[in-house]
Amino acid sequence: MAQSEQEILAGLAEIVNEETGLEPSEVQSDKSFTDDLDIDSLSMMTIVVNAEEKFGVRIPDDEVKNLSTVGDAVGFIAKNQA
Amino acid sequence: MTERRVVVTGLGATTPLGGTIAETWEGILAGRSGAKPLPEEWVERYELPVHFACTLAQKPDEVLTKVEIRRMDPSAQYAVIAARAAMEDAGSPEIDPLRLGVAIGTGIGGVWTLLDQWDILREKGVRRVFPLSVPMLMPNTSAGNVSLQLGARAGAHTTVSACASGAESMGTGFDMIRGGRADIVVAGGTEAAIHPLPFAGFAQMQALSTRNDDIDAASRPYDTGRDGFVMAEGAGVMVLEEYEHAKARGARIYAEFASIGMSADSHHITAPEPEGAGASRAMLEAVERAGLSNADIVHINAHATSTPVGDIAEANAIRRAFGADADAMCVSATKSMTGHLLGAAGALEGLFSVLSVHHRLAPAAINIDDPDPKIDLDVVTGDHRTLPDGDIAALNNSFGFGGHNVALVVKSV
Repeated sequence: MAQSEQEILAGLAEIVNEETGLEPSEVQSDKSFTDDLDIDSLSMMTIVVNAEEKFGVRIPDDEVKNLSTVGDAVGFIAKNQA
Repeated sequence: MTERRVVVTGLGATTPLGGTIAETWEGILAGRSGAKPLPEEWVERYELPVHFACTLAQKPDEVLTKVEIRRMDPSAQYAVIAARAAMEDAGSPEIDPLRLGVAIGTGIGGVWTLLDQWDILREKGVRRVFPLSVPMLMPNTSAGNVSLQLGARAGAHTTVSACASGAESMGTGFDMIRGGRADIVVAGGTEAAIHPLPFAGFAQMQALSTRNDDIDAASRPYDTGRDGFVMAEGAGVMVLEEYEHAKARGARIYAEFASIGMSADSHHITAPEPEGAGASRAMLEAVERAGLSNADIVHINAHATSTPVGDIAEANAIRRAFGADADAMCVSATKSMTGHLLGAAGALEGLFSVLSVHHRLAPAAINIDDPDPKIDLDVVTGDHRTLPDGDIAALNNSFGFGGHNVALVVKSV
């Protein structure tokens, strides 16, 4: 069942918090994973895999580099959720 | 040029007796056993013949953040806890990062990560394998993480010599300072191998005590009823500092780290050489390199793991090294309380030797109800022994599978 973008954002914020300790409230749509949230490529891998499991989507490795902001990731997940 | 001297200015630990070195030492003086039952699920599922171990008194998640726990193997978690505590105990010295070094030994390394991630690969596939698996399972994971935490850039080293690793790493730190590569080195050992696999391996070797019905009495070095060691986990770290550097900043000095002696048996991959030729060479070398004579050594913290063969081999080695002079050296067997911390054992016992010299007190072993007549040593039991006034020195022995022998000497300042 598709979730609203708001729900996806909240879920993603939890995943980021789990991996990096960042407060979920800091994980906002306009934030860049690398420049704003200081998330390195290894952490990004873990976040991607956890997001795949949580939202039931597949995020190909080639796609990850296009997801520069939290909003990009939320959009991709929303579009690809069954 | 006069030789650079090395002193101990900070201590930190997390052990089966306490989350700090102060609580651990209190436990030692109170004669407490750190033994606790293993999870019942392990014992049943794997039919383990041993049902207990000396696990940590304080779980790392009470001290570290959730993210630190996720991104570090338990062995590195313990090392970081102990290293931070040691630096704080040393007064959080300000030092040029290029003059601050790290030496953290381990016997087994990131075995929890290795085996957990293997399980994940088999059950869930490659995409679920944690991207930090390799830097978490490598043996130098603790040295690397401690270096990161403390901003130490003079060098970060890992000695791996089984149950002598922790002692050897302190020797590495000592050499770094003596050789001029660093002014402070955070040195010690860590181990987090209470996982069903290494546990099963040691059990299959018949190396572990199976006294399941009386676990507090299971670790009993030098007692006739000893039947193997009790596996333990934790970390012990000391801040080694160049003497003039310590003096200049008005640091509290616990003791002088006077020397390290090392040798290899080349006899058998696990069994100690029964006459103790290699072990005695390490002890004599340590005393000689400290510029001391036998008469200066008033105390020995023995390796004394509570195995039938090992305890006798060490006693023979002590006699072989010191002859009649050993009569004047009282012997502590602290593994009777802590269990055997493997790669952290020599480090933690190094801390105990420092505290023994500092407080002039030799801790009593517990569980020696029926002393083995084949052990011809002055083993401290019952009450703690007061060590003499004046200049004193203490020896600390550690031996490891592979035939590694390491002896440290600390002396009063």
